[in-house]
Amino acid sequence: MSKPLQTVKSDPHVDLSACRTDFPVLAQEINGEPLVYLDSAASAQQPESVIDAVAEYHRHNHANVHRGVHTLSHRATEAYEAARDAIAGFINARSRREVVFTSGTTESINLVAQSFCRPGLKRGDRILLSQLEHHSNIVPWQLLCEQTGAELLVVPIDERGELDLVTFNRQIESGVKILAIAHVSNALGTVLPAQELIRRAQQHGVPVLLDGAQAVPHMPVDVQALDCDFYAFSGHKMCGPTGIGILYAREQHLERMPPYQGGGDMILEVRFEGTTYNDLPYKFEAGTPNISGAIGLGAAVRYLTGIGMERIAAHESELLRYMTERLSEVPGIRLIGTARQKASLQSFLLDDIHPHDLGTIVDHQGVAIRTGHHCAMPVMDFFGVPGTARASLALYNNRDDVDRLVASLTKAKEIFGR
Amino acid sequence: MNRAMSDLSTGELRDLYRELILDHARSPRHFGKLPALTHSAEGLNPLCGDKLKLYLQIDDDDRISDAAFEGSGCAISVASASLMTDAIIGMRTGEALDFAKALIGAVTGRISSEDLGEDSQIELGKLQALQGVREFPSRVKCATLAWHAMNSAIRQEQRPASTE
Repeated sequence: MSKPLQTVKSDPHVDLSACRTDFPVLAQEINGEPLVYLDSAASAQQPESVIDAVAEYHRHNHANVHRGVHTLSHRATEAYEAARDAIAGFINARSRREVVFTSGTTESINLVAQSFCRPGLKRGDRILLSQLEHHSNIVPWQLLCEQTGAELLVVPIDERGELDLVTFNRQIESGVKILAIAHVSNALGTVLPAQELIRRAQQHGVPVLLDGAQAVPHMPVDVQALDCDFYAFSGHKMCGPTGIGILYAREQHLERMPPYQGGGDMILEVRFEGTTYNDLPYKFEAGTPNISGAIGLGAAVRYLTGIGMERIAAHESELLRYMTERLSEVPGIRLIGTARQKASLQSFLLDDIHPHDLGTIVDHQGVAIRTGHHCAMPVMDFFGVPGTARASLALYNNRDDVDRLVASLTKAKEIFGR
Repeated sequence: MNRAMSDLSTGELRDLYRELILDHARSPRHFGKLPALTHSAEGLNPLCGDKLKLYLQIDDDDRISDAAFEGSGCAISVASASLMTDAIIGMRTGEALDFAKALIGAVTGRISSEDLGEDSQIELGKLQALQGVREFPSRVKCATLAWHAMNSAIRQEQRPASTE
């Protein structure tokens, strides 16, 4: 089930402190201070088991997949396909045929836009997004609009960073061809009421794509329970490697969709008179794939499953509550994104200090946060700010990290004479 | 848990955020539009979203008789634009371009201020305050944004100046 975090029972006995040592990158000093990594929403760190799985593959098992009868090719194929099975299980897909490896959420969304939507779209058709989307869930649709004459429709948000459901309910009935929407906002941390949105969309026969890049690392996600048509996410946000991601899609859609790219591996038979495409999911995996990335992502999924997504959600929910509370106590702070259902991160501004200056000053104290527009310029426009500072959590963070962040903000105030 | 910062690290921060920089960031000089502008350019730092518009009034004698800027950005980029407009008013465009080259060289660490004084006769003067940026590679683009914009404005380039 994809539950809003607040309904996950906060268990005071959830203690993930032992996990921290699984992440070698965290054991270092930055500018003479122990590293505090609060930028996992941009990219999460990798545990030893992921690093090892990738190294093991390169050291002992590398060859191309689905080709050749030799032993290494067989081993590489086994590892690559085992990763797919692990991921299919992780999100509870009905079948491994519904799990397509892509380069990340961005490619997954582009694939849906071009292969699922483009062939049937005509001038005046509508694509429904929300104001809080990441650029990767805006620009592929703008390209599609340019190609087809379709139009974007945007669900507004309110001051808390919550979706305006009244407007949504009106928009979804207005001849929308697809709803493409974030599961969790990367700039504000809002958890969207995915199940409710999907139910409403289904009442009007509108297929739904969820951008799950910021959800999958932080809560259990079950694509069957959600009953969405497409679910896109990235490996590197969930302790896996960069350059690998997933498109989950209902099998019936994938069967009907034309290939997104042509090339090797996605074919059964190629003749100049015509080509027969491969079975699912290979029809959508043209060319030699990111084999090591997939293997690393498989290892990340095993690592997260070993801890348990319910426990991770409970740990992060409690830590987010603590972080929000501590940040609220800092004089001159303005919290951006105060939705009732939130996950894993808090955006903020401090006095009139520009976020980039904040970022530099806290980095100098070993604290890594993200500053800027977070690839969500429409969100920044809504709040009338050029950018924000954003502290984002992962399973390896703890209260000390939050305390260090707060202390580093005090230093920023001192430097700026506030 | 408030960790004591090492003197060195505080020193570097103080060097970046010198009083002169903070002063210009808080109360930027020549901020606003220019009624009689002859040249203008936009500067964009797509990574951080810093955005500024630079306006120049260049007279028949090729001299910058007035300069102003608008926009939003961090303390470093605003202070840099403020200090720059202060410095270039009265310069000929050729001088201003040489000055930009020297400043960009100095903050990227390609040219030291001593070299500058001897070899090129260019005195950075107050602008030396921007050299603290050298220790912060991720902030060099903030310090150079206005200067790239000035380059574009004088050369009347059509595309916005970008630090990328």
